[in-house]
Amino acid sequence: MSRALKGGVFKALLLLSLAVGFVMLGALLVDVFRDGLPYVDWMLLSNPPSSSPLDAGARPAILATLYIAGLLLLLAVPVGVGTAIYLEEYASKTRWYNRLLEVNIQNLAAVPSIVYGILGLAFLVRGAGLGRVLLAGALILTLLVLPTVIIAAREAIRAVPDSIRQGGYALGATQWQVVSRQVLPAAIPGIATGSILALSRAIGETAPLIMIGAVTYIAFDPTLLGPFTALPIQIYSWVGLPAEEFKFLAAAAIVVLLGILLVMNALAIWLRNHYRRSW
Amino acid sequence: MASPGVTAGAGLPLRARRRRVGEDVVKGALALCALISVATTVGIVVALFVPAFEFFQEISVVDFLTGRNWSPLFEPAHFGVLPLIGGSLLVTTLAALVAIPLGLGSAIYLSEYAGERARGVLKPALELLAGVPTVVFGYFALTFMTPLLRRIGIDVEIFNALSAGLVMGVMLIPTVASLSEDSMGSVPRDLRDGAYALGSTRVQVATRIVVPAAASGIIASFVLGISRAIGETMIVLIAAGQQPNLTLDPRQAIETMTAFIAATGAGDVPTGSLEYKTIFAVGATLFVMTLAMNVVSIRLVRRYREVYE
Amino acid sequence: MNVTTIDHRALAAVAQGHGTESFASREPVFQVKDLAVAYSGNVAIHDVSLDVYKSSITAFIGPSGCGKSTLIRCFNRMNDLVPGATIAGDVLYHGKDLYARDVDPVEVRRRIGMVFQKPNPFPKSVYDNVAFGPRVLGLKDDLEARVEGALQRAALWDEVKDRLKGSALSLSGGQQQRLCIARALAVEPDVILMDEPASALDPISTTRIEDLMHELKRDYTIVIVTHNMQQAARVADMTAFFSVEVADDGRRTGVLVEYDVTAKIFTTPADKRTEDYVTGRFG
Repeated sequence: MSRALKGGVFKALLLLSLAVGFVMLGALLVDVFRDGLPYVDWMLLSNPPSSSPLDAGARPAILATLYIAGLLLLLAVPVGVGTAIYLEEYASKTRWYNRLLEVNIQNLAAVPSIVYGILGLAFLVRGAGLGRVLLAGALILTLLVLPTVIIAAREAIRAVPDSIRQGGYALGATQWQVVSRQVLPAAIPGIATGSILALSRAIGETAPLIMIGAVTYIAFDPTLLGPFTALPIQIYSWVGLPAEEFKFLAAAAIVVLLGILLVMNALAIWLRNHYRRSW
Repeated sequence: MASPGVTAGAGLPLRARRRRVGEDVVKGALALCALISVATTVGIVVALFVPAFEFFQEISVVDFLTGRNWSPLFEPAHFGVLPLIGGSLLVTTLAALVAIPLGLGSAIYLSEYAGERARGVLKPALELLAGVPTVVFGYFALTFMTPLLRRIGIDVEIFNALSAGLVMGVMLIPTVASLSEDSMGSVPRDLRDGAYALGSTRVQVATRIVVPAAASGIIASFVLGISRAIGETMIVLIAAGQQPNLTLDPRQAIETMTAFIAATGAGDVPTGSLEYKTIFAVGATLFVMTLAMNVVSIRLVRRYREVYE
Repeated sequence: MNVTTIDHRALAAVAQGHGTESFASREPVFQVKDLAVAYSGNVAIHDVSLDVYKSSITAFIGPSGCGKSTLIRCFNRMNDLVPGATIAGDVLYHGKDLYARDVDPVEVRRRIGMVFQKPNPFPKSVYDNVAFGPRVLGLKDDLEARVEGALQRAALWDEVKDRLKGSALSLSGGQQQRLCIARALAVEPDVILMDEPASALDPISTTRIEDLMHELKRDYTIVIVTHNMQQAARVADMTAFFSVEVADDGRRTGVLVEYDVTAKIFTTPADKRTEDYVTGRFG
C-alpha cells in the first residue's frame, strides 16, 4: 500500500472512531425523544406516579430533584469554596498534611458513586438514624460532588494573578481582606461555572440515592425529612416495570431530566463566556 | 491631608502586633471545611472496613475470594464472590474494547488532524456524551442496544453483559479521549516539527512520535476508564441483570459487584445480619480495586505533567 | 572620566546643585545595619549598611541580580510573603526595629507604601482602587475627599475625574501607574517604595512619573529601585550602587558598593566598580 493510501486509511479510521461516539449520542437522543416526547405533557409534570400509566406523572420526582439541586448549592458550594481558599491561600505547601489533603481530594474524586451510597447507608440512614429521607440524599450527594467543586474553585482562584494579591498586601490589608475583597470577587465567575457543572453531574446520579433508600413509588410531594424519590430514580423504576407504556414514560422523564441539565449547562457556559476576563 | 489615626511624617511608634482574632477565626473555619473531605475518607474507610472485617470473622477470606457460588440469600448460603468479580470484569473488558481504541482514535484525530475550529466544536460535543446521566445510558442499553443486537443476529438474553458493556464503552469514550488528548497536546511542537522536517508523514508523526511521548498520560486515561467501568452501577443494574453467573459468554445475564450492592442496599435486609454485611464486604473489594487503579492513574498523570510542564 | 554616557538633563540637574546637599544632618527614616537576605538558604544580598533620610529620594542602582528589589522589599516586610526568605541584621524605622517580634507587618505596610514595576490596578473601578486602602484600614470618614486628594497628589485627578466609576483596566499604562501611586497615597504613608516604577512605561509617562516624584518628596520619603542610571541621576538625592559578587563556586550575591549623594556617585565615585558602572564600561 502506498504511503498516501495508508495515510488516508488511517485518517478514515480515526474519523470513524470519533463518529461512533457521535452516532451513538445521536441514536440515544433520537431514541429517547422519539419515545418520550409525546409523553411530555402537563400530566407528566403535575401528576404523582400511579400504577396506571395513563395518569402517571413525575411531579414528586421533579420537585425532589429541584430541592436537591438547591440543597447542593447551599451545602456543597460554600464548603467546597472554603476548602479551595484554604488550600490555595492559607495552607503552606510544604507541610505534609496539606499535601495529603490534596491527594485525598484527588482520590475522592475518583471513588465510585455507589461507595458514597454505602457511606450514606451506614452512617446517615442506619447509623445516625436519619432514615431514608431527602436530607440524607442531599448530604451524600454533597460529599460526592465536593471534590469536583473544590478542584474547579482552586483553578479559578489560581487564575487570579499574584500581582493583585501583592498590591493588596502592600497597602496594609490583612490576608482575609485580600482574599475576600480581591481574590474571591475575581474568581467568582470561574467558581460559579465550575459549581454549576458539578451540580449538574450530581443531579443525574442514581446509585447513591438507591442506597439511601429513595423509594420508587411516592404519591405525595417530598419534604426535607420525609421519604423521597428523584428524577433518575423515577426513570430507573419506570424502566423496570413490565408494562410497555412505562418505558415511554421513562423516556419522557429522561427528556425532562436532560432538559434540566441542558439549562444548567447552558447557564454555566454563558457565565463563563460572559465574564471571561483576560488578564 | 493628614487625618486622625494615621499620620504621615514623624513616624508614630508602630502599633504592637495584635492578635487579629478575626483572621484566626477565618483560617479556622476554612480549615474546618478542608477537614470535611478528610472526614469523608475516614467515613468511607470505616463504613466499609468495619462491617467487612466483621463479615470476615464468619466467612473466611479465602472462601470469599475463591468461591464460585454466590448465593447469600439462599439456604444454604454461599459467599464466593468470583461470579460478581467475573461479571464486573466481563462488562469492563467489553467496555474497554470499545472505549480504548475509539477514545484513543478520537484523541489522535483531535490532537493531530483537526484544525483549531474543528477542535473547538468537536471537543465540547464529545463532552456532551460525558454529561449524559448513567441511568439514561442504562435505559438506552436495555431498550435500544439489546433489541438491536438481536436484530443483527446475536442471540442475547433480555439482560446481558454485551449490551451493557458496549454502551458503557461508548459512555467512556470521552474519558479516554479527553485525558489522552490533553497529554498529546502537551507534547511540544518541536518534537513534531523535527520529525516533519525529516520527511515523516502525519501518520508516522502521530504514531511514532506523539503517542509514545504522551504514553504515560494515555495509559493513565485507559486506567481511569477501566476504573470508572468497574465502579459503574446504573448501566449494569438496568441492562446486565441480577443473576450471579461466572461466565465468559457476554450474551448471558450476569451480576456485577455494583449491581449486587445496589440491589441489596435498596432491599430490606435487616441491619447487622450477615446478608447485610455482604454489602460491605463486596463494597470493600470494589473500593480496593478502584483505589489501586486510581492511584496508578494519578501517578501516571503526574509523571506526564512533570515532563512537559 | 567619560561623561558622554550621562544625558544632558541629568548633567543639568547635577549642575543646578541637585543631589549635592549633604543629608547627614537630616533625620534618618531607615537605618540599615549589616543586612543580609537569603531565599531558601541562598544569600541574595549581604553586607548592606546605609541610612535613608527624611523627605529625600534615595535610588538603588546596579546590574540585574544585585539584590536591589530584594533589599527594598525588606523595608515594608513584603519578603515575609515569600516562603523560605530569611533576614539577618537590622532595619530600623524611626529608630525602632522593623523586624522585632512585636511588630505587626500589616502596620508596617500601612506606613510604608509600595508601587510595583508592572502597574497592578485591581480589576475594579478607579474610585474603588483608590478607596481600597482606606476601606480596609477602617478610614471610612470622608472617603470621597480622601480619594480626590490622593488622585490630585498623583497628578491623575484631571484625567479621571469624569470616569471615577470606570474600570481601572481601561486606563493607559502610565495612567495605571499613577493610579497605583494614588492608591498608595490614599492611606497617608510615611514612606513610598518604588520598585522600577517606570520601566514598563513609555518615555513621556516616565517623565511625568519623575516629575511626580519631585513633587511628592516634599511630604514623603521615597526610595526607588531603578536599572536606569540616568533616571537616578535625574531624580535621586542619594544613590546607592550595588554590585554582584561571584563566589568560586559560581554563586552570585549582591553587595552594597558605595552610597553617597548622587552628584558624587556620578561625578567622583570613590570605588572603581562604581566608576565602571556609571561610565557604562559594564552593566
